Amino acid sequence: MTAAGIGGRPRHLLDFQDWAPERLSALLDGADTMLNVLSRPVKKVPALQGLTVCTAFFENSTRTKVSFELAARRMSADVVSFAAGASSVSKGESLRDTVETLTAYQMDAYIVRHSASGAAHLVARYSGKPVINAGDGRRAHPTQALLDAYTIRQEYGDLKGKKVAIIGDVLHSRVARSNAELLPKLGAEVTLCGPATLLPLELGQMPGVTLITDPREAVRGAHAVMALRLQQERMQGGYLASMQDYVNTYQVNEALLAEAEDGAIVLHPGPMNRDLEISGDVADGERSRILKQVSNGQAVRMSVLYHLLVGRD
Amino acid sequence: MPETAQPKAVILDSHEVRRAMTRIAHEIIERNKGAEGLALIGVHTRGIPLAARLAAKLSELEGVDVPTGSLDITLYRDDLSEVARQPIIRETEVPFDLAQRRVILVDDVLFTGRTVRAALDALIDIGRPTGIQLAVLVDRGHRELPIRADYVGKNLPTAQDEVVKVKLQETDGTDSVELWDRPALDREVGMDRESRAEGAGEGA
Repeated sequence: MTAAGIGGRPRHLLDFQDWAPERLSALLDGADTMLNVLSRPVKKVPALQGLTVCTAFFENSTRTKVSFELAARRMSADVVSFAAGASSVSKGESLRDTVETLTAYQMDAYIVRHSASGAAHLVARYSGKPVINAGDGRRAHPTQALLDAYTIRQEYGDLKGKKVAIIGDVLHSRVARSNAELLPKLGAEVTLCGPATLLPLELGQMPGVTLITDPREAVRGAHAVMALRLQQERMQGGYLASMQDYVNTYQVNEALLAEAEDGAIVLHPGPMNRDLEISGDVADGERSRILKQVSNGQAVRMSVLYHLLVGRD
Repeated sequence: MPETAQPKAVILDSHEVRRAMTRIAHEIIERNKGAEGLALIGVHTRGIPLAARLAAKLSELEGVDVPTGSLDITLYRDDLSEVARQPIIRETEVPFDLAQRRVILVDDVLFTGRTVRAALDALIDIGRPTGIQLAVLVDRGHRELPIRADYVGKNLPTAQDEVVKVKLQETDGTDSVELWDRPALDREVGMDRESRAEGAGEGA
């Protein structure tokens, strides 16, 4: 058995390798309905009643965890949180042992975040149940990319032929990688942009992906511009000459956005460093869809849960 | 060469479907003393065009524009944990406030009553109507829940394993209600039982 079941419905969401474009579109269509559910007086449907979803976060992330927990609860699943710090992982238990222990509780799905690339794949191997990757190392963060795609689609109706510029620390970003994998599958063109030290050449090999170091060139004609979080500790890694240099060249601000399409929207996966990778006025401005991304994220994750947990086909 | 499968009986032709819907519209007006304060909500798939037809009739007879909406009950089904094939979620659109309105829920076939149960739960999560009534084109019996329709186009006694197939102009290019033997229909549409219950206007 491969990860793709009969009828091509993948069992897990680890990255987008097994996901055909039609499946991805169906997932985004489902999010429309979920957003509608979230607009009702009763923001909850009984679809996943009786199922238990485990969030296993071996790396801190308040936002993503809240989003997944709410998504599962709004679908009427029970949610159990397994926080790594408070568990025996800190006592040296291996990830495999942890997962095998959790399976004894008969969970129905796992949502996994881990600092090691490939951790979600490992959990998928031992859990016997659907696994959603909520971020593994630098590798992938598929639900973030899905909510980005959804937010762009919401704006333009379709991703076909849309240009998306992703600017910043691409090297350390699983968000950039997942978007580079997803958006071209849906017909968009992706430009990854950052200082050469933070722009891994191999990503340029991906279909539909271009690497550019000049941000003005990168945003030219873009329909959506995404600023990536710049981790301050990168300074110590010798990746950047100075923070001021970075801000001067790569900050997503009004001056840079003048090169983009009229009406281009601005995205950020959060949490933001205001006035570092993105200017405060852009973050709060008319183009910003940053808060929309948050509410869309919940709807997209509800749709992902539905797609992975309902039906045996 | 396999011969083209035939329905066992044509229960309603296009004229009879039209008359049944007209009669239901009259009954709705009679029972509600007009059409003020009503709303029509069609259940996916074929309840939606039927709701639109009733709205047009009510407007013609009473001069009242009754708001219409659509309801997809997938997320409220009681068998989601058992279904083999994943149902596609479709749009629910209720672009008006349900409070202070009497809602007439519209579906093509009333069978087990489970779809209606799900629809009632969904409606109540969307808002709090002052009342809910149920209109169906065909009531084929075999209820599994204590649910009955307020307006019925045609009461049709059926065997459990027969299939009632509703076709509508808007979704199928023609108006009719047919009774099929399950095996004959399986041959014609080439689908398994479960997927057909999804798509062929069979109702539940």
